[in-house]
Amino acid sequence: MTLDLPLVFTALMGVAMLAYVVLDGYDLGVGMLMPAADQREQDLMVASIGPFWDANETWLVLGVGLLLVAFPAAHGVILGALYLPVAAMLIGLMLRGVAFEFRVKAEGWHRELWNWLFWFGSFLASLAQGFMLGRMITGFEPGFGYWLFALIVAGGLCGGYVLLGATWLVLRTEGALQKKSLDWARWGLVWVALGVALVSIATPFASETVRAKWFDFPRTLALMLLPLASLAAGIWVWMATGRLKRGAKTAEWAPFAGAAAIFALAFAGLAYSLFPYLVMDKMTIWEAAAHPSALIFILWGAAVVLPFIAAYSVFSYWVFRGKARAGLYD
Amino acid sequence: MNGTDALLLARAQFGLNIGFHILFPTITLALAWILVYFRVRFARSGDAAWLATYKLWVKVFALTFAMGVVSGITMSFQFGTNWPGYMTRVGNIAGPLLAYEVLTAFFLEATFLGVMVFGMNRVPGWMHVTATVLVAFGTTVSAFWILALNSWMQTPVGHTVAAGGQLIAGDWVAVIFNPSFPYRFTHMMLASGLTASFLVAGLSAWRLLHAPEDGAALRTLRTGAVIAAVVAPLQVLVGDLHGLNTLEHQPAKIAAIEAIWQTQKGVPLVLFAVPNEAKQRNDFAIEIPKLASLILKHDAEAELKGIDHFAPHAPPVAPVFLAFRVMVGMGVAMLSLAWLGTWVMRGGKLAPRWILWSFAGFTFSGWIATLAGWLVTEIGRQPWLVTGVLRTSEAAGRVGEAPLGASFTGYVATYALMLVAYMVVLTHLAGKGAQR
Ligand code: HDD
Ligand code: HEM
Ligand code: HEM
Repeated sequence: MTLDLPLVFTALMGVAMLAYVVLDGYDLGVGMLMPAADQREQDLMVASIGPFWDANETWLVLGVGLLLVAFPAAHGVILGALYLPVAAMLIGLMLRGVAFEFRVKAEGWHRELWNWLFWFGSFLASLAQGFMLGRMITGFEPGFGYWLFALIVAGGLCGGYVLLGATWLVLRTEGALQKKSLDWARWGLVWVALGVALVSIATPFASETVRAKWFDFPRTLALMLLPLASLAAGIWVWMATGRLKRGAKTAEWAPFAGAAAIFALAFAGLAYSLFPYLVMDKMTIWEAAAHPSALIFILWGAAVVLPFIAAYSVFSYWVFRGKARAGLYD
Repeated sequence: MNGTDALLLARAQFGLNIGFHILFPTITLALAWILVYFRVRFARSGDAAWLATYKLWVKVFALTFAMGVVSGITMSFQFGTNWPGYMTRVGNIAGPLLAYEVLTAFFLEATFLGVMVFGMNRVPGWMHVTATVLVAFGTTVSAFWILALNSWMQTPVGHTVAAGGQLIAGDWVAVIFNPSFPYRFTHMMLASGLTASFLVAGLSAWRLLHAPEDGAALRTLRTGAVIAAVVAPLQVLVGDLHGLNTLEHQPAKIAAIEAIWQTQKGVPLVLFAVPNEAKQRNDFAIEIPKLASLILKHDAEAELKGIDHFAPHAPPVAPVFLAFRVMVGMGVAMLSLAWLGTWVMRGGKLAPRWILWSFAGFTFSGWIATLAGWLVTEIGRQPWLVTGVLRTSEAAGRVGEAPLGASFTGYVATYALMLVAYMVVLTHLAGKGAQR
């Protein structure tokens, strides 16, 4: 039996990237919501993500690492073309990452400064990620229209992260903050709906390849499942937040699960549209792949280690289950 | 675009980033194990003073770790953005080693860091001790992989060259345990031990200068001084062995370190000089006759190859020569202070103020020595990126000057802000001391 290694690694990379956007998505979203909360609430919000953000970002390192090892040729092209947004994202991630620590240890106006930088870093990183995604979809084409398209995607992704962050807070907080989070979640949802609609309309115009793929009967019919399922997930989030607002009995994890489902579906749509290209219309996964000897060596390691990573990640979420408490170092 | 300027910018940017990154791992690597010690002392004795000590230093650790994580994430992108030629040629070797670091170390550290920092009241004591050990273990594993890669770049073995010029690993064990790896790994772990112990001692001394009665600070001062007193001589020994290993595998680097311009017999040891690249000689040299031959070959008359033998594939002499003297000078100074301090405080004696001031002044001494050491290693490898295989100039990217300049400015500003904030918060934490 021969393994189609590039395909396997594309799948692995996809899983890492999806895990990244959902996991770091919620903590970036919480960061973006900071200005809407008062000081006590801010402490709770940060406490709810404190034990997780580092591991969440590690999925990004894994995703980029896999791109680097499995598709070295594409890695250079993609990160070269996205040089400035990558730098912006990294600066954003740096500022917010250290702000976790500084905002609890600094005093006076320093503290305010780090609160502000926490918000700014989260926002900058999210914007940059959305922008990069937009540039990826169009294969880095130059021209005003394409840049505008990337900006729209950036806005949409920010909305998505806000939705994830708000629904995470619904799960992790109680009382007045939870009430606020329910409202934030609904705003986020509207924003996401707009973003998804705009991106879905614009994408076939922006890329001929995608257009051909989407409007290829009868496959289009099967493909329709994706938007329909997204719509259902959106309605589910709306209803669940509505019931929670009224105080009706509904699982508090329901909105977050719905939001994660929206991300997974959007991701599937994107993967379908891009495949088999890594660089849209320019480089397929097979053209970009590394030497099999390197890939096999990693695959062994991944097969052994990933179950452990999954197990201790679950362990950590179990340890920190329940509502967030302020007072970080206890 | 002017190619050479872009190459220079790319190098400067990479050097700045890694130089910034290493400041923090070099502390966390060993501080993690020191925390294990504090945590176990508390678990054994149930003494609230040990708990307070642990809680203070875990704050320092968490802060330093966060600085390491965010600057490290930047590093993992820069391989692709700044050195695409590197990945194309040696990606099949560098990639898997980096991937193993992520898989076996980063997830482990990051996940258990959460439990270690926030979970003390949520998990049973033994589980918290285990989490602390796993974080320390994870940082060490991470250093293992990255130093395996760096050592392989210095002394590459175990690979074959494919048709397209790409390198492919033939024997992974040989690649990982390449000839310079054991020396580099040990030297780096000891460097971290020194850096962290001087940090602990220095911040504790700082506290004692303000609050002479603080028993916890006195204890951590002594812990730091004793660790340093043990590690420093080991470092000198390992450094010497490391140098002999380098002479065998990278003789051009040794020629630069010792500023030997011409191949000759009975080479003197240059204690200090100003290397003159244009005239290929040393100005203002202070030398001890025949000592370099004696140290490096254990024979006063032995011949050592000079820069002339390796040109044009020779590294620049002045930075390597000077950085090496800074490192060794710091090593000797650290050794002296650690021994003196341990001796003065023997048998539980209080430390006089001048000793406290000295330790406080040496708080960040490990940083200077570590950075100097890496400069020796990395500049001494030039013009090669992978010795004998790939030149630095072949690895640079196609990114233009304008974006490079823009991102460079952004990084410099961000790092400056972070570094200032880090030092301010550290001294602030130290000033407040451990609180019950
Ligand atoms: C000798 C040690 C050492 C050296 C030379 C390097 N690192 Fe490092 N790195 C560590 C030791 C370390 C560490 C101790 O494992 C850190 C520091 C603090 C931490 O969180 O982990 C870390 C963090 C860290 C992270 C974040 C991990 C996380 O999310 O938890 C990344 C992505 C990198 N590093 C990548 C690199 C790259 C690409 C390097 C080389 C160019 C590099 N590091 C040099
Ligand atoms: C951790 C401490 C390290 C420091 C302080 C450091 C420092 C430097 C410096 C100053 C340079 C520029 C040398 C020059 O251009 O003259 C350089 C180059 C480089 N180093 Fe390191 N380095 C470190 C570790 C590593 C590691 C672990 C790797 C790889 C695994 C690595 C890979 C490289 C590469 C790819 C270059 C670029 C080529 C070049 O500019 O010469 N370095 N490093
Ligand atoms: C005092 C005696 C010391 C000697 C003889 C010594 C020797 C050396 C040598 C020969 C190298 C270059 C090896 C190569 O690249 O081929 C080196 C590198 C280095 N040194 Fe030292 N060293 C000493 C002290 C220190 C101290 C006190 C520190 C830090 C606290 C330190 C940190 C480093 C680091 C981080 C490197 C680069 C990584 C490596 O190549 O291992 N050294 N040392």
